[in-house]
Order: sequence, then structure tokens, then C-alpha cells
Amino acid sequence: MIELVASVGLPVDEVLEIRKNRMIPQKGLTGQEKRINVVTGIHGDELEGQFVCFDLLQRIKAEPDKLTGIVDVYPAMNPLGIDSITRGIPAFDLDMNRLFPGNREGDMTEYLASEIIADVMGSDACVDIHASNIYLTEIPQIRINELHQDWLVPMAEQLNLDFIWVHGASTVLEETFAYSLNSRNVPTLVVEMGVGMRTTKAYCEQLVDGIMNLMHEMGIWQGETKKPRKPIVSVDPEDVIYLNAGHSGVFIPEAKHWTKLQKGELIGRIVDPLAGEVVEEVISPVNGVLFTIREYPVVDEGSLMGRLLREEVCDGWEELSR
Amino acid sequence: MRKRVIFEINSIYRDNFRVTGYEFGEGEKSVCVVGSTRGNEIQQLYACSQLVKRLKRLESEGRITSGHSILVIPSINPYSMNIKKRFWSTDNTDINRMFPGYDLGETTQRIAGGVFEAIKDYKYGMQFTSFYMPGKFTPHVRMMKAGYESVKLAKQFGMPYVVLRNVRPYDTTTLNYNWQCWNTRAFSLYTTTTNQIDKESANTAIRSILTFLSKQGIVDYSSHDGFISTVVEDTDMKSVRTKVSGLFESKVHVGEEVVAGQILAEIIHPYEGEVIATLTSPVDGIVFFSHDEPLTYANTAVFKLIEREV
Repeated sequence: MIELVASVGLPVDEVLEIRKNRMIPQKGLTGQEKRINVVTGIHGDELEGQFVCFDLLQRIKAEPDKLTGIVDVYPAMNPLGIDSITRGIPAFDLDMNRLFPGNREGDMTEYLASEIIADVMGSDACVDIHASNIYLTEIPQIRINELHQDWLVPMAEQLNLDFIWVHGASTVLEETFAYSLNSRNVPTLVVEMGVGMRTTKAYCEQLVDGIMNLMHEMGIWQGETKKPRKPIVSVDPEDVIYLNAGHSGVFIPEAKHWTKLQKGELIGRIVDPLAGEVVEEVISPVNGVLFTIREYPVVDEGSLMGRLLREEVCDGWEELSR
Repeated sequence: MRKRVIFEINSIYRDNFRVTGYEFGEGEKSVCVVGSTRGNEIQQLYACSQLVKRLKRLESEGRITSGHSILVIPSINPYSMNIKKRFWSTDNTDINRMFPGYDLGETTQRIAGGVFEAIKDYKYGMQFTSFYMPGKFTPHVRMMKAGYESVKLAKQFGMPYVVLRNVRPYDTTTLNYNWQCWNTRAFSLYTTTTNQIDKESANTAIRSILTFLSKQGIVDYSSHDGFISTVVEDTDMKSVRTKVSGLFESKVHVGEEVVAGQILAEIIHPYEGEVIATLTSPVDGIVFFSHDEPLTYANTAVFKLIEREV
């Protein structure tokens, strides 16, 4: 059933509404069911979660008798952003993922954030789906704040993704949706995959397999599920190598995404189309796997062109990359 | 006056991105003043440009005290100013959320890092800042309660108000916060506007900075001492919020004294022209902040008032 989560009147003949689709067991609710929330669209230019929501609902609707818990699906947390291809909240130029937990007495954006948190509270698990931005393509992965790793890594391993990246705690991340929920005892996993403004069907289906599996583990889904793949887990910041542009120009990749590279191997070139010159060769500084690759060609000095995961932590990559 | 490039990166099709600074006097790094960090901070740029003009004259008259150097950076984001975009031209990141920066990081981290390296050792740091909501302010000095703030020093600007506010997580990557962490006495200066020039409040701010520098013995500047600042906690201000969205018509202006019950603004139906809400003052006080756009959203704090007793 489609339900209203929050709404606010806009100045000229329009109401902003955030809606969710609640799926419940055919036999009705006993009050003992577990609940999972699948959330996406906090950033309006990240669309990978759109297909995930659609596919998840389709699979549940195909076998409604197998559903033994509550599934809440929120495809558009930032509907104005999705509609206008805007990452933040249009008109306010604010990153919605820096507004949580929000404030019911605050301005429109803070009010919406607080209503969303109130709606999700009490859930037994939450999956917050992000794509990368428009500049980078990411393999399907889960990012976990080190403060919550003991709690979340076992749950993340159920999600059938390729990589779990446990990153350092940072004060600026304390106003994210996931941090706000995790600090309120709602276990929330942040998925990053694909690229901004696009949907990557294979990644989405892989994640939906994982969500169904997690639902099965939680007792929400009694249908068949696939055994989740075993992800690479990184907990050491030294595992990840960042490739930043040393020059401005146009990045032309040579290496393929999610491939293993040897130290010294060519990843790509930064070229100057006006001069007709190569201004920088981007060389792999280590043996490792290229798990992030630049998608948007124009780079400034400092722009991220890719990330490598050192081969020492890439056990199982061959299986994952098949 | 010495003009020098503080930080520079090249671009594929634009002129080089340059952060330019103006130095006055010689000696210990006494004062650094930063103007716009965002592309729409025109008033902040203007205020700095007028400060450069004043310091140039003071220096030529021998009125900068020996042993002190002053650095003014009118803008650390000319690229965004030139394309009328608030945040960074390509990836929309905010340079004022990238401090202390990182010289091997992404572009705006490098800019923040390069600028911060040049300005982190100054004794006093002042930044002309803007608010994320559109509106006008009564000129004031603002400080975060990061544990290093000095109200006594802030009052030496002689601005009408000194505002204290609690640190929020996003503040930890601002210039002001990081200056404080590096032992610079940091102050944010708010004038009335952001994307429009307001000469009166810019002049108030410049006079305040020169008064402050004079009191520290850095410049020889004589003027009246300005105001005896009222110190206000941000949380003590009374917000007046809209209950509905619509056309916004203010009946008062910033700095105006109002009494409890006085009409502050009306919200007008955008199609039918009828007044659909009237906003009144909950207290006797001063209009400290006023929304200044013709449309407003519901739940928006369109006024912030300082109660007269405070």
C-alpha cells in the first residue's frame, strides 16, 4: 500500500510528498513481524536505487504468500532533486544527506528529514542505496563507519555485494541518514554502486538478490534465495589507493573497471585536446584491483580518477569478477 | 602593498585558477582577512576590495605598525564567481567545507589545503561569511563555541552584536573552525547582504576591522569606537516561521525595532492575491535577520529577532 511519509506545501500550486510502498503479509499483521526499510533517492542524481525498488516490489508481488514481515520501500527521498536532476535539494542547494536527524520545528528541509527518520525508526534493518556521483563508477559495495562495524559487517555479508569498505569515523558524517539511524539502534547499511544519472541493471539485480537473502535471514521472506557471494572486506585505510589527477585535461581510460592490475600498468591518460598532447600517464602504483574508475572525462588537478584495492586484501576477487 | 598568488592550478580551457592575496606591512603574521569562498558572495568580495583600498592608503601614510603583516584575500573562489555559481564550478563542492584541506586530495581539498597552508599561522583570522538561507542580517561578529573563542576580543570590533553559536558536525570542516584549531583567533563577520552590494554595512565592517586592528596596536587608525556590542547566543533568538508557503511580503527591515504583536510580514496566495497568513512579532525586540526573497516555503524561519531585554 502506498503511504504518505511527509508532505509540505510549496509556494505555487504544488505539494511536495515523500511516499513509500508498504508490503505486508497476505494474512495480515500480528504485531510480531520484523521490518526492513529500503531507501533511496536522497541524492537526486543517483538513480541506481530506482530499479532496485521496482525489482524488489515485483519479486514480492510475484510470490506474496512468501512474505512474512514488513517491507517498506522509499524510492524518492528527494523527489524535487530526482525530477530536476539535482543532487541536493533544489532551491536550497543543500545536501540532504547532511540534514539528518532533522528537526520537526526546523525549516522545510529539516522538517522532512525528521519525518523520514520518525517513519523509519523501529525498523529491524535499513538499506540506504546510493549510486556513485556522475564522475565515478563503483562496483557494488557497502560502506560502513568503523564505529558500527562489529554490528553491521555480518549483516552486510548477507547483501550479495562485492566489497565491504569499513572507513574511518568523521565528524562531518554524523548528519547522514545512515549515521543518524545507526546511532539510534536501527542497523543501516549504505550501498554505493554504479554511476550517477544511470541505472546498471546487473548491479541492481545483484543487490535485490542480496536484499531478498537478508529478508530471508531476518524471517521476513520464506521464498527461495540465492547464496550470497563472499565479499572482499577492507578495514585498513592503507588497503585503498587513491588516484588523483596531477593535471587538468580529459581522462581517457585504458584499464577496465574491476580488473586486476600490476604495478606500473597503464590505467589511462590525461590528454590536452587543444595541444594534441598527453599531459599525464596514469600508472598503477601497486598490484591491485581497480574498483573505482572515472566516468566523466574532464578532470581538474586533483580530480579522482580511480581507486585501487591492494591485491593482498583481494582474496576471492577471481570468483567475484566472473 | 604586495600582490601575490597564494595558490594556483591550471585548467584545460579556462585561465588558471588563482587565489590572490594582498600583503601590507612586514613582520609577524598578525592578521588575515578572507572574503568570498562561494561564487555568490559578492558583498564579501566588495567588502574586502574596500578594505584593500583602505589598507593601501594607511600603509602609504606609514600607519601600519612596524613588525606586523596583514594579508587580505578577497576571494578564494574566483572561478565560481565568474560563472555565477555558489559552489565549485565542476563538482558543486563547497570549499568552505574542505578545511584544513589536503594537498593530495580532490580539487577543492587542494584549494583549501593550499590556502590554509598560507594563512594558518596568522594570529587573528577574519572571514566575511554568508548564511545558507537567503536574507539580510544586522551586521555582527559570529563565533563558534569551539572552546577557543574570546567574547572580550570579539567585542573590540565594535559591531552591534556578537553572536555565539554551538558547533555542528559540518562546522568542523570550515575555515573558521580550523583556524581556531591552529590557534588563530578566528571571527566570522556578517554584513547585511550576500549577492547584492550593501555599502553601508560593508563600511561598518571595514571600520570594525580597522578599529579592532587599532586596539591590537597593528594599525594607527582613529575613529569612534563603534558600538558596545550586545552578546547574543544564537539559541536565544526568537525565530518567526511561516506556516504556509506563498508570496512573501515583508513589512519590516533588518535592524528595525518591533513590538510584540506587530505585523512583520504577510504571506499572499500566489494565484488569488489574498493574504493567507500574517506573521507577527512574539516579542519586543530587534529584527536581526529577515528573509528577502519574494517566495517562501512553509516552516521557514523568515525572521530572527533579538528580544529587547537580551
